[in-house]
Amino acid sequence: MLQVSLKQSQGIQLDVDFSCQNGEILALVGPSGAGKSTVLRAIAGLYSPRSGKITSSGKVWFDNDISLTPQQRRVGMVFQSYALFPHLTVEDNIRLALDPSQRTDDSSVSKLLAQVNLTGLGLRYPKQLSGGQQQRVAIARALARQPDVLLLDEPFSAVDKVTRRKLYLELNSLRRQLDMPIIFVTHDLDEAAMLADSMVVIHHGKTLQQGTPHDILYQPNNVAVAKQVDVRNLFEGDITSTEQVTKLVWHGINLDIPGTKIQASQAISWIISPAKVILHQRLRPSRGEQENPVSGEIVELLTLRGITTVLVRIPLAKDLIIQMDVSEHVAERNQLQQGQTISMSLIGSAIHILKE
Amino acid sequence: MDWQAFEVSIKLALLTSLSLLPIGLGLAYLLANSKSLASTVIEALITLPLVLPPTVLGYFLLVGLDSSSVFGGAFFSLTGHTLAFSFTGLWFASIIYSLPFAVQPMLRSMESIAPEIREAAWCCGLSKCRTFFKIELPLALPGIVTAMVLSFSHTLGEFGVVLMIGGNIAGETRTLSIAIYDSVLSFESSQAQSMSLILLAIALVSITTVFLFNRSRSRVVGI
Repeated sequence: MLQVSLKQSQGIQLDVDFSCQNGEILALVGPSGAGKSTVLRAIAGLYSPRSGKITSSGKVWFDNDISLTPQQRRVGMVFQSYALFPHLTVEDNIRLALDPSQRTDDSSVSKLLAQVNLTGLGLRYPKQLSGGQQQRVAIARALARQPDVLLLDEPFSAVDKVTRRKLYLELNSLRRQLDMPIIFVTHDLDEAAMLADSMVVIHHGKTLQQGTPHDILYQPNNVAVAKQVDVRNLFEGDITSTEQVTKLVWHGINLDIPGTKIQASQAISWIISPAKVILHQRLRPSRGEQENPVSGEIVELLTLRGITTVLVRIPLAKDLIIQMDVSEHVAERNQLQQGQTISMSLIGSAIHILKE
Repeated sequence: MDWQAFEVSIKLALLTSLSLLPIGLGLAYLLANSKSLASTVIEALITLPLVLPPTVLGYFLLVGLDSSSVFGGAFFSLTGHTLAFSFTGLWFASIIYSLPFAVQPMLRSMESIAPEIREAAWCCGLSKCRTFFKIELPLALPGIVTAMVLSFSHTLGEFGVVLMIGGNIAGETRTLSIAIYDSVLSFESSQAQSMSLILLAIALVSITTVFLFNRSRSRVVGI
């Protein structure tokens, strides 16, 4: 297991705390300049923060007294630009990272090439490979060191969309063969949600939240995380509680939120995933107030890859816009059109109240 | 054709360029890995011979190599020989005036190596020393070859500084460029022409070889 705690108040600000189990993929997400790559470089030993502690399987790599060099840490690092050695063939790139006792053994190189589906390309130079192939060489070279931790810095940013999709599948299948913490940096939330077991949201060098992709995307701790993960339906409201029921008052609209235990009356922020907003069929309205029905006017319809995003203006809530994702065929069957008034449910179980 | 001058020229150019290989590499490595003000000043000093008139450089070198100076005096007390007007002094002066021709291509070559390449080597377990010999040196090879050829060609053709430091002693400090000058002064135009053609041919062949080498390397490995 890798445990990372970094603190720095001067220069690049850092206040990072997270851990990653063996065999787990952890995604460091955040906007450009958030400090994600700096954290990765600190784990690799390429950057020394003022204070903190990094341990790998109980062994201290970095603390106030110890700072192991990258050579001493057994880290497999895949750089954003791949950083392959251009004057060496694919085989020699990999061979250089092998343990000295294995360097003369061609079978170790062949095994690694097969692991990343590059058999037969060992004698080529990096320049003669496509972006996707170069990334696989970089992964094979990182694995050649038999690392305790595998680090990938924006590994998919230098390839086109089609190649990226293939590489997602390959990384996903490769991870089943690996028993080490795998940490990758990305600013693409979909990529992180698809590949990672857990996510760490970093902003201005600070850990905002660590959790499963579902927790981060649907149950962010606070407004800062919600904004970082691009939550589309983020609103403010007031909680009014009685002993029996808790209600969310959203600009005069009362929404039932069963199971939520907030006693005092207070102003809060809340979110609802666009995928969890339920469209009412025209002839079958809501089954009552408990399903929190609201109605509004469609102001925009956008369809991408079979999902239609419907932007609905809610007149009773100060003309705020709520987003709803429905399947394209649902939008067609209900003949959704701009200007049309529709009804939908913001059911309580889908509403998440932000803690801070 | 003054074959003795030809021999002195080739010997001087070879010794100078070979001496500049470790000196230039060391300086280029230090300058490429430092961003301090001192390194900028050192780089400016190294580049000075490119912009100084050869006679000015020659004058300062002559003063510095004279046995009454600290350096020249120390050399005299150690070896019993003077540096001024000797082949050794000429060799030393050649290293100084050809220094920018060696350091600049090596430096630019080393600076063009992306920092991630170096860091990737460290993450592969390579020590800084192995990283230099296995990664940085081969990647800087085009610059190193260019540096060697440029310093060889420049030393072969230098006139002003050679005249100031070495004078015109046959078999010791009389190089081809001095011999050409002498031939022109004594109206031996055919001799001047043949020696000039030799220098022209050597310069052309050297530069073409460098270009061909760098182009073929670029085709294979992209550097």
